[in-house]
Amino acid sequence: MKLIRKNVVALVVLALAAGQAMAQKSASDSIAEYRAMLQDGNPAELFEMHGEELWKQKRGPKNASLEQCDLGKGAGVVKGAFVELPRFFADTGRVQDLESRLLTCMQTLQGIDTSSVSTRTFGKGETANITALATWIAAESRGQRMNLPQDHAKERVMYEVGKRLFFQRGGTHDFSCATCHSSEGKRIRLQDLPDLTKNPGDGIGFAAWPAYRVGNGQMWSMQHRINDCYRQQRFPEPKFGSDATIALGVYMGVNAKGAESIAPAIKR
Amino acid sequence: MKKTFIALALPAAVLALQACTMSSSASDPDKMTAEVIKSSFVDRGIAKLDRLNPDPANAACAAAEVAGQPIDANLAKSIEEANLKSVQWPSDGKFLGDWKQGEKIAQSGKGMTWKDKLDSVNGGNCYNCHQISKQEISFGTIGPSLYNYGKLRGVTDPNSAASKAIVEYTWGKIWNPRAYSACSQMPRAGHNGVLTQAQVQHIMALLLDPQSPVNQ
Repeated sequence: MKLIRKNVVALVVLALAAGQAMAQKSASDSIAEYRAMLQDGNPAELFEMHGEELWKQKRGPKNASLEQCDLGKGAGVVKGAFVELPRFFADTGRVQDLESRLLTCMQTLQGIDTSSVSTRTFGKGETANITALATWIAAESRGQRMNLPQDHAKERVMYEVGKRLFFQRGGTHDFSCATCHSSEGKRIRLQDLPDLTKNPGDGIGFAAWPAYRVGNGQMWSMQHRINDCYRQQRFPEPKFGSDATIALGVYMGVNAKGAESIAPAIKR
Repeated sequence: MKKTFIALALPAAVLALQACTMSSSASDPDKMTAEVIKSSFVDRGIAKLDRLNPDPANAACAAAEVAGQPIDANLAKSIEEANLKSVQWPSDGKFLGDWKQGEKIAQSGKGMTWKDKLDSVNGGNCYNCHQISKQEISFGTIGPSLYNYGKLRGVTDPNSAASKAIVEYTWGKIWNPRAYSACSQMPRAGHNGVLTQAQVQHIMALLLDPQSPVNQ
């Protein structure tokens, strides 16, 4: 814990320094520089360490680890799994993303009661554990290229569903994902917006999450990222691991084919 | 606020046409998407499931985007006409309020998320997508720059007959952008009750008042 506090203090100092420097340069140059500075001390590493511990630790009523969990490449295979998720799993008969798959493994292998896992408990308890696990599992594929399978009919249909959800307009403001993420070179305020209808480039968009968010000091999984997009869209809330969030993952992940994964990334 | 989701009464022919285009291609993914939406979303705070109720114009525009084709020209025209008819013009006849208050509303992106309260004052979200005054460098680029909006359009006296057309157009655009562009990405701030009439008047002043920093 001491290490965490130290890092947070260092980050705050860095953030302040970057803030002062920003006044003299173009805003986007400074933001890029600031991100590069932060990459050296990404606190996501602490979550990675915790995630690896959780993977190997015997837990739950069955006193079992997650080491036999099948993330799509066979029981216990972690390396390379992240860049191929979401994908179809025969045992559940569903297309699952990393977080919903971890939920399955915690239930079946460890017998853990996952009823507390929800969007209302991000950062707490078993939901935080899933984020830590996802962070480590993503890190194990760092540098690999996104390569989601589209062989199974359900994977292809989830892509089509994800595409429709991406363009679905609703809420009080008629926003869709596409409002912000369907053309190149756009910004919201000073924040660059990736075009998620195609490969947005290495380490951008789907190939960046889970990510550590400096602004609020939290580690966010893709589930959390999508949840907050929907909040800002003024939609009602998508449930944790719901098919809507998974279908969007398939759409973004397949579109990002060939993009290098830098997850876990660091964000403002 | 209660008028948030008034369904626009589009002609029946238009609805029939739309139903036709929806079912002709890839009907299974459409059906499955509807099921996924139904099973995935829940009420949270003020953001209730009725926010996902089908809106014919939204559905038609999204379907066109999914297909990668522009919306049917006749359908677009009927959406625009119906929306223009529904624009509520200022009840007190005043199009412009106070640009200083308008600047604050343009800066704010607050309101109507599941974390907000029903009685919170909503922002206009304007700077998220538009450059407006030169002083604010943190602006988005999803919409066009609105810097010098009134000046570029020759508005020297917003109350003059010469300015009437652009003043009315601007009101309609903020109230309900679909009045002029069927699939506009801009929120229907007035129509959907995001902003009050008084707030729209203030934003109008920010854009059109010759004294506003926007027109310096």
